[in-house]
Amino acid sequence: MSKRNLTGAEIIWECVAIEGVDVVFGYPGGTILPAYDALDKYRKKIHHVLVRHEQGATHMADGYARASGKVGVAMATSGPGATNMITGMATAMMDSVPIVCITGQVPSPVIGSDAFQEIDITGASIPVTKHNYLVLDINDLAETIKEAFHVARSGRPGPVLVDIPKDIQNQSIDFIYPTGDIELPGLIEPQGADESQIKKFSEMIADSERPIILSGHGVLLSGATQEILDLANLAQIPIGTTLLGIGGVPASHPLVLGMMGMHGETWVNRAIQESDLLIACGMRFDDRVTGKLQTYSPNSKKIHIEIDPSEINKNVHVDLPIHGDLKSVIHQMIPVLSKKKNDSWIKKIDGWQNKSKDRDIIHQETEMLMGAHVVRKIWEGTKGDALVITDVGQHQMLEAQYYEHEEPRTLLTSGGLGTMGFSLPAGIGASFYEKDREIWIIVGDGSFQMTMTELGTAVQENRNINIAIINNGYLGMVRQWQEMFYEARYVETPILSPDYVKLAAAYGIEAFQVKSLDDVIPTMRKVQKQTGPSLIEFVVEQHDMVYPMVPAGADLHEMIERPINSKNGNANIQKEELKK
Amino acid sequence: MKQILITLVEDKPGVLNRIASLFRRRNYNIDSLVVGKSEKPGVSRMTIMTNEEDQRKRGHIYFNLLNLVNVIAVKDVSNLGCVTREFILIKIQIGPDQLNEVNEVVKSHGARIVDMGKETVIIEATEREKEIDALVDELTPFNITEIMRTGKIAMRKGKTHKISSDKINAQADDVNWVPENIHTYHN
Ligand SMILES: Cc1ncc(C[n+]2csc(CCOP(=O)(O)OP(=O)(O)O)c2C)c(N)n1
Ligand SMILES: [Mg+2]
Repeated sequence: MSKRNLTGAEIIWECVAIEGVDVVFGYPGGTILPAYDALDKYRKKIHHVLVRHEQGATHMADGYARASGKVGVAMATSGPGATNMITGMATAMMDSVPIVCITGQVPSPVIGSDAFQEIDITGASIPVTKHNYLVLDINDLAETIKEAFHVARSGRPGPVLVDIPKDIQNQSIDFIYPTGDIELPGLIEPQGADESQIKKFSEMIADSERPIILSGHGVLLSGATQEILDLANLAQIPIGTTLLGIGGVPASHPLVLGMMGMHGETWVNRAIQESDLLIACGMRFDDRVTGKLQTYSPNSKKIHIEIDPSEINKNVHVDLPIHGDLKSVIHQMIPVLSKKKNDSWIKKIDGWQNKSKDRDIIHQETEMLMGAHVVRKIWEGTKGDALVITDVGQHQMLEAQYYEHEEPRTLLTSGGLGTMGFSLPAGIGASFYEKDREIWIIVGDGSFQMTMTELGTAVQENRNINIAIINNGYLGMVRQWQEMFYEARYVETPILSPDYVKLAAAYGIEAFQVKSLDDVIPTMRKVQKQTGPSLIEFVVEQHDMVYPMVPAGADLHEMIERPINSKNGNANIQKEELKK
Repeated sequence: MKQILITLVEDKPGVLNRIASLFRRRNYNIDSLVVGKSEKPGVSRMTIMTNEEDQRKRGHIYFNLLNLVNVIAVKDVSNLGCVTREFILIKIQIGPDQLNEVNEVVKSHGARIVDMGKETVIIEATEREKEIDALVDELTPFNITEIMRTGKIAMRKGKTHKISSDKINAQADDVNWVPENIHTYHN
């Protein structure tokens, strides 16, 4: 590449473009102005999305990254712009999502003087980033940005922040892009399995009678869908997924059981508790998955394949830990495995599953419109083929239970941090990658009101997204806990909503309100026909509960099952039923 | 027994902050942390001592340290042949008639008086932790006015091997730096 004299601001865009990034989500301000000024020269390569709040920028970059598997990029000014990014970085950190956040910083000579809009964002973001950088020499700029992208996507992915003082953006140098591989002695290379581990792996599977695969987010990140299915098919091992593992394996596959954990299906949790071999693949035994650790799957041997060594033996002691990339580790294992049948085990699980069906609200008629029914209709109305982004709360769990995902990266949700307000911006971000697939944002009335300001972004960018607000008039999931654990004292959980149809109209968005089940599909059809953002408010039963549920800290098998047929769904079930 | 970790880190601004932040947010207890230049330009060598007894928790600390991008290598030397030392400076307020007595204690511990003022002496010692403790104990009857201890530094005995740039897949002959195998560390 020929030498060109470029400013630091221009170098930022050069480097971002070389990484293959064509969209950046950001918001300008004083210390990042040089970069924004230079952006004008890079319009052909890079589309900039003006967000309404920097948290939105980080969630958009996150949604883009989750949908595409590529690195998402967000940009903000120093001080308040940078601190607004903290929640988004934390969300990406907890869910291992590769994003790069670029922030302006006060000029380097005044760093440390409490200058206007100065915040030590590299200090403040240490706990919420995989790594971060403060660039103090323009000669380091290109290499730092290159390194940031590398760190974000390598190993267990995560957010990386690059803080660039204004004077560095204004200086100029002869720009030479650093070629060659990045040598970072501090990055950990996945080990892969050795001979003895491979042998032990196949022996443990051969010896097991009640094995189960726990399929996590790592399956998606590693692209190991086929490998997991090969493993499952070969040795007839049923698969349970974590929340973030949904889509990693097709829901319709006969060995795929569904979601595990706090709101997982009873038969999945039961299978885990009665199993004699857990094969944990790219998951981290989060407390929402294990319930009480002391009684978690007490009689099983445990295999854990994981790319982050610090996750191994963190919560659950494992008998065979394997540090490596999931896809390549299972590749190593497949040839040495022998075929196997676990018929009686699978039959047993099937039996549990069939028994629970009677309790499922999906098979019941209710007077009120129920969140579960809405989600199921959206599944039907999209032929199970949409990209769904959910927010946090009851509606999130209902989506996980009733929208069956067949492909990886078709459900984006904030799992580890449970960040309300995630869905609208993440959905906008994802729409810049997923241009053909229908996009549905399923969001609670509480969550929507956290980041609905991004409606402006959706309109300005004419995003083809469908917003489904599940309006139950409550911070429903919190209300559920109050009902169960705080003697139904609903302190500060009823929440007022604006008239969403009018709100949408103010943005020029066509919107509908739906109150009955029969109207769900016809209304969906209306919005599916149009391009650009659309919004449907579903007014649902206010007192619905999400079951099954493992109360926090309880044994995983102490599930509260779905109540037996009641006209208003899961609502108002008797306390006795709860206690069972 | 204390956990002793020898750690090689990139000599970059903020590295100490990252390590301190890790220990704080994961609620690990640092007993002591000593850092200084190493034999290699751009690389600092640290000795970190924790009072974590539980082997599994020790593993968490080990692998979380290793996960830090600026951390090049970590070796848990808690159970290995090492020379360990602490350095101490002690100031004593002293009357003229006490000097001999102090001198005796100092000598018997292999320590030295490095500064003699009108009414004060400063004593220096480089020893194992236990001996330093004993020295302090014996000097306590005198009027100790200041103590500055460094915390433990450690060095493995035997040949030095090259540091593999690849933290986990270190070469077999890099015995000093072959990271703890996940398998063996926890079992
Ligand atoms: C930023 C943030 N604040 C608070 C919470 C705690 N919280 C978890 S779920 C929930 C209620 C969500 O309400 P809504 O979006 O209406 O969804 P619903 O449960 O009613 O379906 C709250 C407040 C959170 N997860 N995130
Ligand atoms: Mg709600």
